Amino acid sequence: MTFELPLLIFLVMTAAGAILVKDLISSVFILGTYSFTLALVWALLGAVDVAFVEAVVGAGLATVFFLLTLFSTLEKDTRLRRSPMPWTAMVGLSIVAILLLYGAADLPAFGDPGSPASTHISPFYLENSVGQTRTPNVVTAILMDYRSLDTLVETIVIFTAGIACALILRKGDS
Amino acid sequence: MAELLSALFQRPNFVVFVILFLWGIYIMAAHPNYVKKLIGLYIVQTSVIFFLVAFSAKNGATVPIVSGDMAMLDASAFANPLPHVLTVTAIVVQVATLGVSLALVAALYRQYGSLDEDEVVQRVE
Repeated sequence: MTFELPLLIFLVMTAAGAILVKDLISSVFILGTYSFTLALVWALLGAVDVAFVEAVVGAGLATVFFLLTLFSTLEKDTRLRRSPMPWTAMVGLSIVAILLLYGAADLPAFGDPGSPASTHISPFYLENSVGQTRTPNVVTAILMDYRSLDTLVETIVIFTAGIACALILRKGDS
Repeated sequence: MAELLSALFQRPNFVVFVILFLWGIYIMAAHPNYVKKLIGLYIVQTSVIFFLVAFSAKNGATVPIVSGDMAMLDASAFANPLPHVLTVTAIVVQVATLGVSLALVAALYRQYGSLDEDEVVQRVE
């Protein structure tokens, strides 16, 4: 918990940098540091598998995708002046923010072992996954064994995304 | 009011989630540059995943890799693995959709020669 608050502040700062910087290449690299800070926060929360995936896929692959797009397009935001925030957005976003923060008191306390998310099915996985699947890593056991159909359909989604990219970027006939 | 503030102070994760989520939504809707819109989209997606993973934390718990005696296993000593599984899937799907949208932006630039929303709309008309 001692390291978490500085990391959270750094997270908001990197997100702000990625949004506010005008040079798009710099913006994308700051987005990469944002992803990596997010991976550090998750590793601190005990979610090591999510941290690995975010560091590899989020900080690595997404940055490469952004850079490939920028190398074939413009590298700068061409607007010199930023238009002011419209009052509808200001009022609407403040109302949503107040409602979300008002609901925070009803969420379970942070790190509470008896919270609803941690009481129903998840102790079953923790207690039985080694006996049933012989895998010490419970996340891998659920991902590849209990929910393997889910993972199969996910690979179909990625395959579809690859086909869509190839069809959109195909050169020649239009 | 004081209770609400102390509840927020105990959940810094949630406050960060609200900031990132709303700022990302605003950038997606209002920023004229298409790549900046996608950066906003990425921030919204990661902030929702951040919110989900915060539920898996337990005080004093370690990573969900089980070792030792199975009969004496205490579930509250390990972080909740279920949100981890769901978010690992979500991160990969998020980057796949991001790739498709970036391909769309590149195709748009090839057709209309601009990344600015207003200029593209002008050239379409």
